[in-house]
Amino acid sequence: MLTSDNAFSTALTLILSMDSALIDIVMLSLQVSLMAVMIASLIALPLGAALALWRFPGRNVVIVALNALMGLPPVVAGLCVYLLLSRAGPLGEWGLLFTPTAMVIAQVILVLPIIAALTRQQVEALHGEYAEQLNSLGLTRLRMIPTLLWDARFGLLTVILAGFGRASAEVGAVMIVGGNIDGVTRVMTTSIVLETSKGNLPMALGLGIILLALVTMINAIAHMIGETAKRRLG
Amino acid sequence: MNAHHMPPVATLELDSVGFIHRGHTLLKPTSLRLVGCQRTLIMGPNGAGKSLLMRLAHGLLTPTSGTVRWQGAQPAQAMVFQRPVLLRRSALDNLTYVLAINKAARPELKALPRKAQAMSALEKFGLAHLAKRPARVLSGGEQQRLALARAWLLNPQVLFLDEPTSALDPAAIKAVEDAVLEFHHSGTRIVMTTHDLHQARRLANDVLFLHNGELLEHTPANDFFTAPSSSEAGAFIRGELVW
Repeated sequence: MLTSDNAFSTALTLILSMDSALIDIVMLSLQVSLMAVMIASLIALPLGAALALWRFPGRNVVIVALNALMGLPPVVAGLCVYLLLSRAGPLGEWGLLFTPTAMVIAQVILVLPIIAALTRQQVEALHGEYAEQLNSLGLTRLRMIPTLLWDARFGLLTVILAGFGRASAEVGAVMIVGGNIDGVTRVMTTSIVLETSKGNLPMALGLGIILLALVTMINAIAHMIGETAKRRLG
Repeated sequence: MNAHHMPPVATLELDSVGFIHRGHTLLKPTSLRLVGCQRTLIMGPNGAGKSLLMRLAHGLLTPTSGTVRWQGAQPAQAMVFQRPVLLRRSALDNLTYVLAINKAARPELKALPRKAQAMSALEKFGLAHLAKRPARVLSGGEQQRLALARAWLLNPQVLFLDEPTSALDPAAIKAVEDAVLEFHHSGTRIVMTTHDLHQARRLANDVLFLHNGELLEHTPANDFFTAPSSSEAGAFIRGELVW
């Protein structure tokens, strides 16, 4: 019978025993999600800033599309990447389906619109404040991008965390393109789905607790970094 | 030390410059010439178009009619705003930032590394002890001095100042006015807006008087304060509100 007691004790036992299969799962989850967030940030931060600074026909369409993509269902993203990478797909030769790389690609697609759309908002607000001064200094818009991204850094840290939250929580995309292969592409969320369907609820709940604890820890670290820096820099 | 090493300041010419925004005429077609290394004060009641005229002259705004042009090469310019816009970095980093984006440096500092140039500007404006402080936590007066130090490093031939003292206490106002004179002594032309008559008397060589988006006078300061040619300017000097 499931009680929260034995779920917690299962979780605790799992952690304390340093079960190597569990550690592999946790490490792979972190690797995939952190890599996805890093790649998405490298693209989405400058992209969002550029979108904040340039006026062009169709700009509003792009903004609405980005905002809409923030709510892209993970299974749909997974399906698209699956179709791209499957043997018969256009990128089938790369042989990436059911590898961690495929999972990273799928999560980049999920995270990128979030970071880009929120970056656009933050940078646009900051640019409103800085525009005259930066124009007076003779900066080109291209040169404004690094300045604005750096000066918006505290807000952008939260934006990146939102992206990380999305990546670490989703299961649909990594399940489809990763396949939940034991020891290869099994991550925490796919394990939880598997254990639940096997009826191993204490195990599923235990994994859930570990996932929650990890996400909380990363957010806490980021929050502390942000607060310390804010106090020092005003 | 009048700046014999500085090239003569280019003449700024506004030819029928007007500005219309959403059907409202904010500046009627205005023609004027700013010649030589003067301290020009732009005066007038609120909403007269002082800041607008300055932004058009500096190139922050494009006129909807007429042309703004410099005779000869466009000179190095800088602008100090009513509320200083400082980056979210230390005071020192705010200065090294402009040195990094601007190739030009003050000739007397050229040989120094950027950080030393920035430190010398901080010292000049009495901010050296605040170098490591975040610019955003400085007091209003310190922030405005930092904005002036930043402009100093740009070595401008023309310095625009938009109501730079309107939010400051008397001691900070004095520091800003001293800085303005210091810029001028080093060969920088000054163009400044203010609604403070006393400040204008202290600083102006010549006065541009605006009212309701119209340039009513461009007069040497002495004439302006003793015998203004327009009745609006007379009322303004007597402290009677003009709208």
